[in-house]
Amino acid sequence: MTALADVVAFACLLAGAFLCLTAGLGLVRFPDVLSRMHAGTKPQVVGVLLVMVGAAIRLGGWSNAWMLLLVAAFQLLTAPVSAHLISRVAYRRRHVRRDLLLVDEFRGAGHQDDGYRGDEPGDAPPEDPGSHPGG
Amino acid sequence: MSVEPAATRLRHQVPLLAWLVLVWMLLWGTWSWANLLSGLAVGLTVLVLLPLPHVVGGVRLRPLPVLLFLGHFVTDLVVSGAEVAWQALRPQGLRRTAIVQVQLRADSDLLLTMVAEATSLVPGSLVLDLDRDQRVMTLHLLPVRDRDDVERKRAHVLVVEERLVLAFGSADDVAALERDRAEVAAP
Repeated sequence: MTALADVVAFACLLAGAFLCLTAGLGLVRFPDVLSRMHAGTKPQVVGVLLVMVGAAIRLGGWSNAWMLLLVAAFQLLTAPVSAHLISRVAYRRRHVRRDLLLVDEFRGAGHQDDGYRGDEPGDAPPEDPGSHPGG
Repeated sequence: MSVEPAATRLRHQVPLLAWLVLVWMLLWGTWSWANLLSGLAVGLTVLVLLPLPHVVGGVRLRPLPVLLFLGHFVTDLVVSGAEVAWQALRPQGLRRTAIVQVQLRADSDLLLTMVAEATSLVPGSLVLDLDRDQRVMTLHLLPVRDRDDVERKRAHVLVVEERLVLAFGSADDVAALERDRAEVAAP
């Protein structure tokens, strides 16, 4: 019985560590901030959850389990918020690879420049208002 | 803002206090009266020193839809985690991405927050912006194949919203959702 629990815990820890690794890889390989934030939230959160499950099985005891549950809950609550804030700032400072976007519905609404192609430096001057095709 | 009667304020603070005490007890990991009392003391201190605006609007907990939502949420979380992980690993690199806007139907701060949190984690999307008045959420979608895929993901966000409203929304929220659905179905 303990052998089985150990195998399950082992699998959870390994899978979690692997997902965290892919999150790190995504941070390096993805082309712009918005995509990187995806890597920083989804595989990373699932990875941390799996590591927590593995640790809870391996450590045993309720007091450890409660603590790990708290870690998991706050991970779920905070990861989206920080990712949202960072990507919002990145969008406003034009760190978006527009050539990779299939659709951009945020663009025409007066929120963003039309002429910039994306990934301009953060201190790029504001765009000339005359270049908006729709006025 | 007018000053509320102390009784109302207290009633709004009770759930928060209960949550703080719960966190305190979980941190200690054991149940004891000493933990409960010290947790109450710490919680009250936090509430007095760092007053928060209370969340307006009632929230119901419906056990069955909550379980349903959690089940879907965990499955979706694993699926989207695997999907993004694959995008990070595959040799030819990232697929195209998209920025879309979704018109939500829920009209409560708490529900919109929950929808934004859930959609950030679940259907391959990241919240860029949330227009509270118009209830429009702007999302960045990560692995996008084509335009049909964009529409599928947009529809999925609405499904997540629906599950959340059914699980946590007040009776009014659910009624509003039903009305919107009927309007969409009618024409």
